[in-house]
Amino acid sequence: MSSTLYDLIGLAAGVCFILALKGLSHPKTARRGNLIGAFGATVATLVVFLYVTPPRDGSEAHSLPLHNLGWILGAIAVGLIIGVPAARRVQMTQMPQLVALFNGVGGGAAALVAIVEYLNLGSDATTAEVIFTVFTVVVGCVSFSGSIITFMKLQELMTTRPVVFPGGRFVIAATLAAVLGVSGWVVAALGTTPLLVLAALSLLFGILFVLPVGGADVPIVISLLNAFTGLTVAASGYVLNSTLLIIAGTLVGASGTILTRLMADAMGRSLFGTLFGAFTAKPQDVAAAGEERPVRSGSPDDVAILLNYARRVVIVPGFGLAVAQAQHTVRELADLMLSKGIDVAYGIHPVAGRMPGHMNVLLAEANVPYDQLAEMDEVNPTFGQTDVAIVIGANDVVNPAAKTTPGCPIYGMPILEVSNASNVIFLKRSMRPGFAGIENELLYDPKTMLLFGDAKASLTKVVSALKAL
Amino acid sequence: MEPMAIVSIFVLAVFVGFEVVSKVSSTLHTPLMSGANAIHGVILVGAIIVADHSKTNLELGLSLAAIVLATINMVGGFVVTDRMLEMFKGKKKGADQ
Repeated sequence: MSSTLYDLIGLAAGVCFILALKGLSHPKTARRGNLIGAFGATVATLVVFLYVTPPRDGSEAHSLPLHNLGWILGAIAVGLIIGVPAARRVQMTQMPQLVALFNGVGGGAAALVAIVEYLNLGSDATTAEVIFTVFTVVVGCVSFSGSIITFMKLQELMTTRPVVFPGGRFVIAATLAAVLGVSGWVVAALGTTPLLVLAALSLLFGILFVLPVGGADVPIVISLLNAFTGLTVAASGYVLNSTLLIIAGTLVGASGTILTRLMADAMGRSLFGTLFGAFTAKPQDVAAAGEERPVRSGSPDDVAILLNYARRVVIVPGFGLAVAQAQHTVRELADLMLSKGIDVAYGIHPVAGRMPGHMNVLLAEANVPYDQLAEMDEVNPTFGQTDVAIVIGANDVVNPAAKTTPGCPIYGMPILEVSNASNVIFLKRSMRPGFAGIENELLYDPKTMLLFGDAKASLTKVVSALKAL
Repeated sequence: MEPMAIVSIFVLAVFVGFEVVSKVSSTLHTPLMSGANAIHGVILVGAIIVADHSKTNLELGLSLAAIVLATINMVGGFVVTDRMLEMFKGKKKGADQ
């Protein structure tokens, strides 16, 4: 294959990626967009086997097939065997951490490619090539280790609260300074040892960078790391002389940056505050932690009676609903109420679940009709006319502290104003605070009734109690 | 490649990237992030190129590790995005905008 044809096919793949991102931005075309992207990536991967990229040292390209072809195909097979079942079998509730993990391995791949490039650079490399290679190693490693931490936070393998330790900000600043310093050293004096030191420091920086981020802000960080990985791919493209990688990486870097900002806006967070908030905020005393305060808890029958005489009910689903796999039961309850002539809507917070749009996916999976799903801006003005708001496994997204308590980690986040409804029912497993780790005053409000237990078991009891009425 | 050509490609791609996602409803944030995530899996192409160029066992080993990781990123990313979007099938409330 001639290099012109190879480049043209690469360009076509780049166009596929643009169409993919464009398609993914609209509900109607989203799925097709994703398939176009997959098509472009497949074509790009296939043609790389039909064209030998000349080595950097200017020597003749060897003839086909590629060197190490068997190894390459074997490695791809291993990747397929790991990646496809993981993507197919993952529970939709755990999908955000899988995306984080995929992003992390992408960053790791970019870093490894850069390390090999670096070993191959030789003494005739231009300064620009060295700088781009070093950039890829640093950012790829940060993306890798940072994504692993976000994965652990979302999987709750570690605390979801911001991890801050005394002098933490100095440690982070010192690590960053060391990364920059060693980068300079690597650029000035080509050598394998400085590069390995740099990779280790970058991995450390990625961990320190993500640790202080609170659980609720993790999606924003994933999106940012996603943009980072895109930029490393673009930088690799420069060194490997691949237009396709430059286009694809830059697209992801740019769209990822915008997406990060859009997400932060949807959550009412400033990007700066998310990333650096933990450095400036004093470690918060969790309000009245451990102190026993009276709450009003009810039985499934109490809840059923309340619902039976309601005219309008808003269901506010949260991650707890998904964890309990109660999507189908909640739909059963909604259908039952509708058959009794009760007006039912689902109030969906933009970040209900673990990521923006996550809850829509989970409810769609349970065949909840799309027209019953109301977005926050639609549903908030209606809480005044709502008799009962049922909050199922959600906490932070209805926490009035976001409006009333300056300085708390979720302050400024738009919330579903369920406190305006005449009655509020919380289905909770325990009094444990939500993902952001903040106490919810609404739980102690006199018009709030708590129904403790697993969301699915509780809902099943409410459904049968309501049927009996 | 000419440095100026590369800078041009880079700048234009930045603007295209900004433009295509600037108006997206929050419902699609997660699938869009996941799709973009899958796209940067094309680093697989780079990993294959460096595997071809590898002269030592160390280089080959690192390249192959990169190929495994990049394949997971790319294929897994597209598959999981498709699964997310499958849920929306036929239940859209018209065009969102």
